[in-house]
Amino acid sequence: MIRASGITVRFGSHAALRDVSLQLDPGQRLGIVGESGSGKSMLGLTLMGMLPSSAKLDGQLHVDGQDMSTAADRQWRSLRARRVAMVFQEPASALNPLRRVGDTVMEPLRLHLRLDRKAAQQRMLELLDETGIQEPALKARQYPHELSGGQRQRVLIALALACDPALLIADEPTTALDAHVGLRITELLVRLARDRGMALVFISHDLAAVARTVDDVAVMYGGEVVERGPVAEVLRAPQHPYTQGLLAARPPLDAGQLRRRLPVVPGNVPAMADLPLGCRFAGRCHVELPRCAATRPSETSLSPGRSAACHHLPDPSI
Amino acid sequence: MQVFLLRRSLGFLATLFAVSVIVFLVMNVLPGDPAVTILGIDSTEDARAALRAELGLDRPLWQRYGAWVWDAVRGDFGTSYFFRVPVSELIAERLPLTLPLAAFGMLATVTLGVTLGIIAAAQHGRPGDWAIMLLSQLGIAIPAFWLSILLVLLFAVKLRWLPPGGFPGWDDPVLALRSLILPTAALALVQSAVLARVTRSSALEVMRLDFVRTARATGLAPRRILGRHILPNALVPIVTIVGMQVAGVVTGTIVIENVFYLPGLGRLVFQSIANRDLFTVQALVVLFAAIVVTANFLVDIAYVLIDPRLKGRLA
Repeated sequence: MIRASGITVRFGSHAALRDVSLQLDPGQRLGIVGESGSGKSMLGLTLMGMLPSSAKLDGQLHVDGQDMSTAADRQWRSLRARRVAMVFQEPASALNPLRRVGDTVMEPLRLHLRLDRKAAQQRMLELLDETGIQEPALKARQYPHELSGGQRQRVLIALALACDPALLIADEPTTALDAHVGLRITELLVRLARDRGMALVFISHDLAAVARTVDDVAVMYGGEVVERGPVAEVLRAPQHPYTQGLLAARPPLDAGQLRRRLPVVPGNVPAMADLPLGCRFAGRCHVELPRCAATRPSETSLSPGRSAACHHLPDPSI
Repeated sequence: MQVFLLRRSLGFLATLFAVSVIVFLVMNVLPGDPAVTILGIDSTEDARAALRAELGLDRPLWQRYGAWVWDAVRGDFGTSYFFRVPVSELIAERLPLTLPLAAFGMLATVTLGVTLGIIAAAQHGRPGDWAIMLLSQLGIAIPAFWLSILLVLLFAVKLRWLPPGGFPGWDDPVLALRSLILPTAALALVQSAVLARVTRSSALEVMRLDFVRTARATGLAPRRILGRHILPNALVPIVTIVGMQVAGVVTGTIVIENVFYLPGLGRLVFQSIANRDLFTVQALVVLFAAIVVTANFLVDIAYVLIDPRLKGRLA
């Protein structure tokens, strides 16, 4: 239902996304991981047609077979909420503070589905119930500041689900929440995607959250997809040095190992202005070949559905 | 809520008391003698003294103030030295002109200011925004009395669409309303220029907030996002300024009614100060102060109606 190829998003001369390709089938759950500034949120906004007006989009983007690469906002508006919906990172500020949350959830029901007030209310309560909100009738009458972070995120998910979208994009939905609340939210997303046959794009820097939520994962760095494949395989046998570094930087689970210094990926994500010409990871990579700085590695297929973009893949045949 | 109301009522009375003391003192410090004003400069000193005694002007200041307060509390605001009728009658006679004028002025200010401000915000950085900002800059820079004169020259003298001034009374509502159009415009144009700027900057600030992105992601049309999500959240600063503008419009009637020869309270204030008509000035200033304090009180109530997070303010 989503076919994106060669997506490049530029702000002036800087590319926030470079040559990103993506395919998403109904019901598929895809994770996007990467550090801050890797372009993962920008990718989410691209799929919603919500790039800032200063951004320039190149490449092919098809949603439901419609070419949306050059679509106007009006055209995107007919897809938002109905076909593609999105949940954002900060539930604390993502809800209109002056509206009762029930009214917020009812808005798309009334406007897009043209339900009358009573039917919309009924449906709103079902949605709140479906997203695991206790006492939905009571909570619907409350304002965002009266709810907890987890409840607000559930309201936002209910809002996103209102028009029964075929794809839900969740951009760091657990980052602002306590760990155990985040866990409940990822469980909820998986259940909703399964029950509704809805595709899910789960954007996160939290590898554990990604591992338990999605089937496939794409690792992003510097606006490019550097590695992708089934989540279990990528996490078990990462091929790209960046993915390896990300995995090594996870805090260990047993206390004995905690005394060790936490490994990090050395260096910082390069600023958009001074990205290297060749491989964007060049300069931070532990296996750097002469050609890395000069030429950009293209995505090499490793096995069906599995690929990486690196000049130094250990074994292209796996 | 009851504590809040009680505190505000006490503040209301304290403000009126302070205002009346200040006016009383200022009017007594100002040079000029009501007796001379009333009797003329060629009157004899005996006649003036007799009149002063009749008006109670020969008593000490604090006694006169005490007597005024005592009467005012019982609803008697004294008798005008100059017009020789009860002040309350004077006010009742002129209120039906000034009250509608001020109300129309506020209505026009809010309608024009908020509409232009929102359009400017929606057009941010584009020609529409620039045009509105330029106009509002002009509006802020132009003094209201001068604008009034320009309006009269254009619409009354040159085009002859509207009367240049005067008020025919409410017997013929159409004529009455026609004669209030130019004064209302003169009152509102300057104020709405200020309000447009406040509305624009407040709306621009709200536009950057996360829930606006959520509203876009929900597929809502820009107009609806503007009207239902951005504007309500931009209202708190707007309401604050509107509250202050009530004072601006009420005091603005003093100038405007004089320019347009409208027999209202504003003109009465002006005449009474010139005539040293203490009781009339006193009553009018206290009345104006009461209107302004009430407006501020309503603004505080409005905050809570707008933003449920501010419920604590009423405690």
